Amino acid sequence: MASIEFVNVTQSFDKNVIIKDLNLKIEDGKFTVLVGPSGCGKTTLLRMIAGLDPQTSGSVLINGKDVTRIPPGQRGVAMVFQNYAIYPTMSVRENIEFGLKNNKVPKDERKRLVESISETVGLAGYLDRKPSTLSGGQRQRIALARAMVKKPSVFLMDEPLSNLDAKLRVQMRIELIEMHKKLGTTFVYVTHDQVEAMSMADTIVLMNQGQIQQEAAPEVIYRQPNNLFAAQFIGVPPMNIAELGIDNVMFGFRPESGVLSTEPLATHFQVPGTIVTREMLGSETIYQVKSEEQAYMIKCTEDRFVVDQEVYLGVEAGNLFFFGADENRIDREDGRFSSYLEALGGRSKVLVMRGQANG
Amino acid sequence: MSFEWKYVRAPLSFLLKAIVLMIFIFPFLWMISTSLQTFQETLTFPPTWIPSIPQWVNFSTAMNAGPFLTYARNSIIVTFSVILIQVLVMIPAAYAFAKYRFAGKEILFSFVLLAFMIPGQVTFIPVYLMLADWGLINSLLPQILPFMANAFGIFLLRQYFMQIPQEIIESARLDNASEFKIIWKIMVPMSMPALATIALFSFVSHWNDYFWPLVMTDSAAVRPLTMGIAMLRETEGISNWHIIMAGNVVLVIPILIVYLFASKQIVKAFVYSGIK
Repeated sequence: MASIEFVNVTQSFDKNVIIKDLNLKIEDGKFTVLVGPSGCGKTTLLRMIAGLDPQTSGSVLINGKDVTRIPPGQRGVAMVFQNYAIYPTMSVRENIEFGLKNNKVPKDERKRLVESISETVGLAGYLDRKPSTLSGGQRQRIALARAMVKKPSVFLMDEPLSNLDAKLRVQMRIELIEMHKKLGTTFVYVTHDQVEAMSMADTIVLMNQGQIQQEAAPEVIYRQPNNLFAAQFIGVPPMNIAELGIDNVMFGFRPESGVLSTEPLATHFQVPGTIVTREMLGSETIYQVKSEEQAYMIKCTEDRFVVDQEVYLGVEAGNLFFFGADENRIDREDGRFSSYLEALGGRSKVLVMRGQANG
Repeated sequence: MSFEWKYVRAPLSFLLKAIVLMIFIFPFLWMISTSLQTFQETLTFPPTWIPSIPQWVNFSTAMNAGPFLTYARNSIIVTFSVILIQVLVMIPAAYAFAKYRFAGKEILFSFVLLAFMIPGQVTFIPVYLMLADWGLINSLLPQILPFMANAFGIFLLRQYFMQIPQEIIESARLDNASEFKIIWKIMVPMSMPALATIALFSFVSHWNDYFWPLVMTDSAAVRPLTMGIAMLRETEGISNWHIIMAGNVVLVIPILIVYLFASKQIVKAFVYSGIK
């Protein structure tokens, strides 16, 4: 068990500054997911915790202790890599046992640990097989077992599920959540997949271009995104964003907040448009509605419309977001919020009237 | 057309393979045949292929014509010391070149490539003078010391090491393995095919080496088998080809035996480098 803290950390490779003056505290025992587009520095952070690429300046603290000078093997961390990084010439048992041997764990103890862990991850019958004879999912389990058997205080995972097929990925996601619950250890998980982040995290750390955009629980990030980037990175399809036309302000709403109707609506924001595409996903349908200025993605639980149909798209006032010229979200409590909301309402009326006149 | 090709292609490819095989195997058959002939038979024309009575005595004649036990011992000591030292030097060097970042790495590696490209014929005089200065000429060391670093081996093994994912090494570091352990338990087992290939090439070239010991030795006590066999020619004034060939058969046998055991690994090395 351990908390992790980054204090004024900077990381650069060959004069390329990846991360600059970053501060972050990862709480003890939490499942923290670092998420962001590729190149945002999330893996760099993970590797700094592991000690694989020590930071250029600043300090990394594990349990309040500066670990800058401590080599990777002695930090009490275990890491699972995207490509599993299994030792191919060793049997499953030797793979799991390798770290224990290096830490001089006595033979009987080793045998007991390896056998109990292989039971946990479901590899009991495979201990004497070579990894090359096992499937992708089983190799992933070797990597997990190898990490777990050392009883680390921090688990680091670098996109561990991205090499698995979609079905197995969903299953492993659940297993990882269960594993975290059982072990109660600090998990730091890196992914570019916001679905993985939303489904597994206690806390999401959303990053872009080496900077933390938002650090919050999944539901908070979804309902109160800090800025345009957070609003558009989290959620499928992402939040609809359009220009308000005043002070370079943008407004936005989630695809599921949009209401479609063939008649004009009583919602605060509304715009006439045409359905351009329709994606039927089973329980829900995603429509792309094109208005005069902009296309919007709308997620409906009912499948009532067809392509090329003329519709009205409406959004309730409570589901609208505004983002200032600095791209940060304007809070509901902010004085500007009500005036922007009013402006959008007024614009809606004009648009609907014009639509009716044309129609 | 295509109908006919179908029946021609397979036998044609077989024929071509057979021809290539014959070209390679002919000198060996010729050597073995000659080694079992009498002196008269070696001179007849058309040449004899199957000796009338196999002259096994040629082998003992050859082996008794000089201190062949000493020659064989020298060959074995020199070849195996060279391979052992080369492997010990090559593995850490290749690991550093493949996986470490350090100042001067590019320049140092270009020296390795340079060494790889300069033939022994260019360096043998200064090397001889240096070793003579050190008073080493009457020992086996002149045949071992200059070959401690195998530039070709370092290059090949470095390429092989570079293909091993960095994550495997990092994983081992997180498993608290020392660098020595990473090399010994992970890198070496994973590059066995490459190491076997390099060792075999090295074995063949040093076991068969004639030029270098010719320059570096001046007494029977330090000469290898190749020189002993070359000297069979001079014992009688005229060339006793049947005796020389008997000597050559003895010289070649260890290579064939080693190849028989190593061939599987070598094929693997080439297949691996192809798919990874």
